[in-house]
Amino acid sequence: MDLTSLNNSLRLITPEIILSIFLVIVVVVDLILKSNKKVIPYLAVLGFAVTGIVVISSLDSSGFAFITASTSSKQFGMFAHDPLGGFFKLLILSVSIFIVLFTITSSEIKQIHLRSGEFYALMYGMVLGMMVLVSAVDLILIYVALELLSLSSYVLAGFTKLRDRNSEAALKYMIYGVVSSGLMLFGISIVYGLTGTTNLYLINSLLQGPQINILTLLFAVLLIMAGVGFKISAVPFHFWTPDVYEGAPITITAYLSVASKAAGFALLIRVIQIGFVSFVGSDGFWNLIPVFDWKALLVLLSVLTMTLGNLSALWQNNLKRMLAYSSIAHAGYLILALATLSTQGVVAVLIYFIFYALMNLGAFYIVMIIADRTGSEDIDDYDGLGYTSSFLGVSLIILLVSLVGLPPTAGFIGKLYLFIAVLDAEMYVVAVIAVLNTVVSLYYYLRVLKHMYLTKASDSTQSVRASGGEKIILLLLVVPTLLFGIYFQPIVDFTKSCITVLGV
Amino acid sequence: MEGFPILTLITFLPILGMVLILFMPSVQKQWIKITALVVTILQVVLAAVLLANFNYEAVGVNQAETFQFVEQFRWIEIYGGSWLGTIKIDYFLGVDGLSIPMVLLTAIISLIALISSWKIDNAVKGYFALYLLLDTGMMGVFVALDFFLFYVFWELMLLPMYFLIGIWGGPRKEYAAIKFFIYTLLGSVFMLLVMIGLYFSASEKLGDGTLAHTFNLLALMDQSNYAPDGILSPLNPHNLRFIAYIALFVGFAIKIPMFPFHTWLPDAHVEAPTPISVILAGVLLKMGTYGILRISFPIFPEITRDLAWYIGLFGMINIIYGALVALAQKDFKKLIAYSSVSHMGYVLLGMASLTTVGMTGAILQMFNHGTITAMLFLLVGVIYDRAHTRDINGFGGLATQMPAYTGYITVAFFAAIGLPGLSGFISEALVFVGAFGVPEIRTITIISALGILLGACYMLWTLQRIFFGKLNEKWSSLQDLDLREYIMLVPLAIIVLLLGIYPSALIDVMTSSVNYLVEIMLPTTTTISSIGF
Repeated sequence: MDLTSLNNSLRLITPEIILSIFLVIVVVVDLILKSNKKVIPYLAVLGFAVTGIVVISSLDSSGFAFITASTSSKQFGMFAHDPLGGFFKLLILSVSIFIVLFTITSSEIKQIHLRSGEFYALMYGMVLGMMVLVSAVDLILIYVALELLSLSSYVLAGFTKLRDRNSEAALKYMIYGVVSSGLMLFGISIVYGLTGTTNLYLINSLLQGPQINILTLLFAVLLIMAGVGFKISAVPFHFWTPDVYEGAPITITAYLSVASKAAGFALLIRVIQIGFVSFVGSDGFWNLIPVFDWKALLVLLSVLTMTLGNLSALWQNNLKRMLAYSSIAHAGYLILALATLSTQGVVAVLIYFIFYALMNLGAFYIVMIIADRTGSEDIDDYDGLGYTSSFLGVSLIILLVSLVGLPPTAGFIGKLYLFIAVLDAEMYVVAVIAVLNTVVSLYYYLRVLKHMYLTKASDSTQSVRASGGEKIILLLLVVPTLLFGIYFQPIVDFTKSCITVLGV
Repeated sequence: MEGFPILTLITFLPILGMVLILFMPSVQKQWIKITALVVTILQVVLAAVLLANFNYEAVGVNQAETFQFVEQFRWIEIYGGSWLGTIKIDYFLGVDGLSIPMVLLTAIISLIALISSWKIDNAVKGYFALYLLLDTGMMGVFVALDFFLFYVFWELMLLPMYFLIGIWGGPRKEYAAIKFFIYTLLGSVFMLLVMIGLYFSASEKLGDGTLAHTFNLLALMDQSNYAPDGILSPLNPHNLRFIAYIALFVGFAIKIPMFPFHTWLPDAHVEAPTPISVILAGVLLKMGTYGILRISFPIFPEITRDLAWYIGLFGMINIIYGALVALAQKDFKKLIAYSSVSHMGYVLLGMASLTTVGMTGAILQMFNHGTITAMLFLLVGVIYDRAHTRDINGFGGLATQMPAYTGYITVAFFAAIGLPGLSGFISEALVFVGAFGVPEIRTITIISALGILLGACYMLWTLQRIFFGKLNEKWSSLQDLDLREYIMLVPLAIIVLLLGIYPSALIDVMTSSVNYLVEIMLPTTTTISSIGF
């Protein structure tokens, strides 16, 4: 690799470099400050914000970094800097900023105040992993990024060590994670054996050749899907999700449910679109190389995921656990949008993700605020809470209604675009399954509202008041949820400008 | 009236009131109530202005230029690539002869139910805020002409209704509230799928000549807007219009509620507080039938023709089944709820006739059922407030104790039975005349006529059990109607009498539109000229 090419590559990964620098700064500041570590979260927010600005400034440019492969006409790298990656990076960074803001008021994180430097450093590790993952187009780089993300999140899941469930969550997460990433690595090695390359673009051109053993490839893709399915908690790779979400600190739960899921979806989109699409039709539908039936697999995963997620959520009394199952269900809807294998499907995924991030973060934040005051996440302890703390109550109504997908909230627009994509692909039966799932989901979301408003407060119910800062953070999530439900044009326009994938 | 956004005002005035109420301290109960009262009075005034300026000749239905008080702005316009095309959503409001009776009804019932809400004493701020939100949703459904907008308003009502039943309701309020919500959502998600399907199949020319997919109901009614390969396009030989029609119809049928989707209604009615029952019976049920008239009929005329017999059949089942179940009720409120099921059956039967007379009867019945049943629920509320029971057999001889009350309830009962001179008679007669004239559904009509007999049975029997005979000593301290109750009941009674004697006051408003609707439904037959009284 010559110097100009290296220089060129480094320019394309500026956001990741900046992020790494801030990671080091966080660690160093943590070492310098002995007891008063209050400044570290603000430093972390600053780092994410600066990185975000850099990402925005280079949103419409694109190029490959670290050129490793080439065909006669084109050169391909390991790392694609393109608008799709930019979209996910912005999403991940915004979510990270919110999570850091959450941790500032979280009582769980306050209790481990002295170790907070490590906490934020690990978060940076996660973000770095995700940022690389959403741009990676080489199976090796994908694997490395995934491991960086995973290892940091295993530690974070058990970081507070305040309860037994904490360590249980971390251990469970790690065991499941290690197994699935092992399977994925096995799949990658088979793909390498079949094609002789790890670059997705080259794999694509080789798959179009005649000499691929379909059965072996099927096996390899299923193994790789185990790794991806684990990250997006798709059934049957979801078993860790409820336990980990319940056991981990709420801030990390919220983080896992949005950011690492987003990274997983970015990875899935890339693997399918770069590796397996022969060309994109003028109507936006992808014509796949006939070596693997992605549609069947994704539809199956999606139906299983949304149905199981929704049905399991019905019985949960712990709100964190309920939201965990609800997030599994939402992953099901997202997979369904992707299963259309079309550009409009990807648009639907991205739109849904923006809104999902808003409402899910908001819901988790309210659960956190209430748990901080009452020490409980149990639904029975929400009895009559709507009356003692009307601000939190009304906010939660809006967020839950949005999670159901009723107008006039952002969640409805997400669902609208989802169904537009699905009906455009003429997948009527799954569309009906998905809307029936929506009806089922109404029951458990409303159950929370029932406890907050319809049940009289018992004597043990404590009054919960959100502080000024918490209210502002919450408003930043709730107001857009309502606003985008009424006027969503800018979001859709932005999303459409971001769906370009390099080289396809 | 040019340029004055009267429909926006009548729709969003309640939201404005809601915002005002949210900023008031919750201890100022009186001011909160007065604010809500002012808003609903203004709504009635606006509705009266609408009626006064309404052009009786303009037809509307699927002609954009003959809709009145139209407000149309581009709300969302997203340019797609070659795939997906341009998306266009309009903020499009307007009224015609089909919707103006419903707008009037909504305004009147909202005001009356608000007066009836005056006694609400717990969580006043929340109640009136939600009440006004519900009001906006209801009004919006009747004035929206864009499917997307219609859907937003349709769903907007669900949450306030859930809380209004769930918080201020009776003993089994939680069950009733969630049942209502889930049933309605089940219907409306299918509506959503049909809406998207229609959106894909039709497109409208924009100002610059490009084609854009549209949610505009009027554009969806025009068959020339459909693409030959659209999934819900009549030009496509493999279209799914039949399935879409059924899905859409189920969505509306749940709201009516049509047998077998009616089971949420008795629960919701029994548990809801009186004013909410009034709203539910007076306005909400009409949305189902209005939706069928406004959306299903003009967009799918050919399937409506094919299925008219079945619509009539379900109308008949509703009439007979509702009446039989009402006959067996011991709870006064449940009896009225089932009588609602029965009376909404007449609306279905009238619509199924696809004749001017029958459809006029159906719309008139929607209005009349709204006022009569509102009156009945108010009257049930009056007795429940005093006696704290609704057990029909537990009363007796109340006529001597509460003569004025007995008088009003007799008027309401006789109007519901269809006694000549009261409004119910006219609409039921028109429905039967219209339906009987269509040979295909004549048998259904004849059987349905039994419903009138059954209606008389349960109404008169109830009257006898509660008001005649020997006074049960337990109730010797019951007071007759007070001033507030007179204020609620007198206007409704006047409407019932007035429309019984001079129904043309309302019929003339809708005649042109109904004639035209029938004309586009049956393109091959000659139009039946308008009816006069």
